[in-house]
Amino acid sequence: MHKRSNEPFVWLLFSAGGVVAALFIPIQLFLFGVAFPLGWLNGPSYDTLKDLIHGPIGRLYLLVLCALPLFHWAHRFRYTLYDGLQIKHLNELVNTFCYGGAIVGTAIAAYLIWRIP
Amino acid sequence: MATYTEYPPKGYRVRMSTYWWLARWPYLKFILREISSVFVAWFVIETLLQINALIDGPLAYAEFQDFFRNPLVIVLNIISLFFVIFHAVTWFNLAPKAMAVRMGGKRVPNLMISGPNYAAWMVVSAVLAWLLLRG
Repeated sequence: MHKRSNEPFVWLLFSAGGVVAALFIPIQLFLFGVAFPLGWLNGPSYDTLKDLIHGPIGRLYLLVLCALPLFHWAHRFRYTLYDGLQIKHLNELVNTFCYGGAIVGTAIAAYLIWRIP
Repeated sequence: MATYTEYPPKGYRVRMSTYWWLARWPYLKFILREISSVFVAWFVIETLLQINALIDGPLAYAEFQDFFRNPLVIVLNIISLFFVIFHAVTWFNLAPKAMAVRMGGKRVPNLMISGPNYAAWMVVSAVLAWLLLRG
């Protein structure tokens, strides 16, 4: 007897996270991680940034931006360890670390986003 | 199509080296694509740290910018940028393979599916840049 697999569900999260990561992360990483710190461009002021994210749309955007890519990471990294290092005997530990990490990360993100003034 | 069987049928199996993905460029490309997810997660961590600083007020936020100016963090972010762009490009190129759309009995050309994805990427990037560069 086979247990019903939850693979389609986690694959859906992986896939949605892949789209979000591809569309939204490169430009933000370029600006915040490279262009602003190196002084190539002027970053937004504290007030501009706060105005952008303190409304419901801003908060929802941040939640999607954090949560879905974390599940994308969880799924992909799980198989990186599975295929790349072939540590199949640690399957359960790896799954707990990956999906558990994504769930904890999402909870932290939700808490922080809720606290935005 | 590869399937992941946790309990494979008993029989003759070729033992594979742990470093099989170093043997050929396409294999290495596959593993690099998979590893890009680590840099995606790193970006989320940075974003959460930044939100945390923002909650603590303008002073804490200004102080936190030193984190991004740390040379090690800048190098890590440049490497991460390459990986997330690699992720985006491979992701959009895979889209036509994941969605085999047929119209009038014929398969829609790959470019008709990956093209709009690239266009959306450009539009989203431009809008975000505009929002963040207004001052």
